[in-house]
Amino acid sequence: MMMETTALTGTGLTGAPGAAVEGRANIFEMTQAAEEAVLRPNDCGAWSHELRAALAARIAVQNDEHGLAERYATGAGSFAPLAEPSQDGSAEGLAAVLAFMDKVAADTRNVASTDIAGLQAAGILDADIVRLCELNAFLAYQLRVVAGLRLMKGVFA
Amino acid sequence: MTKVITKFTRNVPHWQPRVKPVDLKEASDEQLDALKVTPSNTKVSEYVLTLAHDVESLKVRSPLFNAIMYDKGGMSRAERELGALAASMVNHCIYCAAVHAARHAQLEKSTEVTDRLFRDGADADLGPRDRAIFDFAVALSRTPSQAGPEEMAALKDAGLDETEVLDLILSASLFGWANRLMHILGDPVRLPETAA
Repeated sequence: MMMETTALTGTGLTGAPGAAVEGRANIFEMTQAAEEAVLRPNDCGAWSHELRAALAARIAVQNDEHGLAERYATGAGSFAPLAEPSQDGSAEGLAAVLAFMDKVAADTRNVASTDIAGLQAAGILDADIVRLCELNAFLAYQLRVVAGLRLMKGVFA
Repeated sequence: MTKVITKFTRNVPHWQPRVKPVDLKEASDEQLDALKVTPSNTKVSEYVLTLAHDVESLKVRSPLFNAIMYDKGGMSRAERELGALAASMVNHCIYCAAVHAARHAQLEKSTEVTDRLFRDGADADLGPRDRAIFDFAVALSRTPSQAGPEEMAALKDAGLDETEVLDLILSASLFGWANRLMHILGDPVRLPETAA
């Protein structure tokens, strides 16, 4: 019996392609450990667990994964409104962060050195820039694994 | 002066960070411990030292990366590299594309497929199995994913079994992750002394 993971059971995918997934159980366990590391790390830097949950929900919405967005948003507390991509974050003083995160999530190829320089000019530490990228990058991975498994279940059922 | 590379190549560039990597001399015990679990145990790359800023992620990322790309069974290593390359082409990650095109060519003992992809782009003339793999990985790499039942059925029609399809989903998705680190946090450059 596999552990509960967001990628497998948090998305209505119970009974997803069984044997193949069982054969890669280690990968799904490590995927869940990676989710813990980006959403609920011990050392948050500048980004609280609540803000991380809101950012994850926002990226899920941008990827049309609304079920997963709801799941992430439950931990977002007062940052919950930021899960909605039309919110630009200026009320929370996070406009530069959200603009960067949106571009990394949805227009990856056009991110340039000036985008990083802009965050640095806004006073964001290099370590916190790396933390934002890891959160965004992990979500890109997990959301695509979920989308792929759903398709696989449909065709190989 | 360094020159930023903007065109796809198999000639792997140098990766130049846009943020200051962790200084090994100032690294915490947790960072030093995490740096040991990376594939390189002699010289730690600037890329890994950059990721060491988020040590909890780095610690889990390296073994996960290796499992998805190298664990036995399922899809061949070369085809996993093709999934990685497709994602890297969508996201225009020159560095990742170079590394994984080079590995594909090495594993296949042929540069034909990657020559075609770099010359003709996503419409390059590929065999039916590579075509299905590449198209699925490209579609999955868009935001939001554009992969649908048609692309998945094409994989089945091309003869992929469930374990192979799962490995393709994982390798293409993994590069949605890797590209958002490599392409965002640094520039692919040629250093003057290595300029071709």
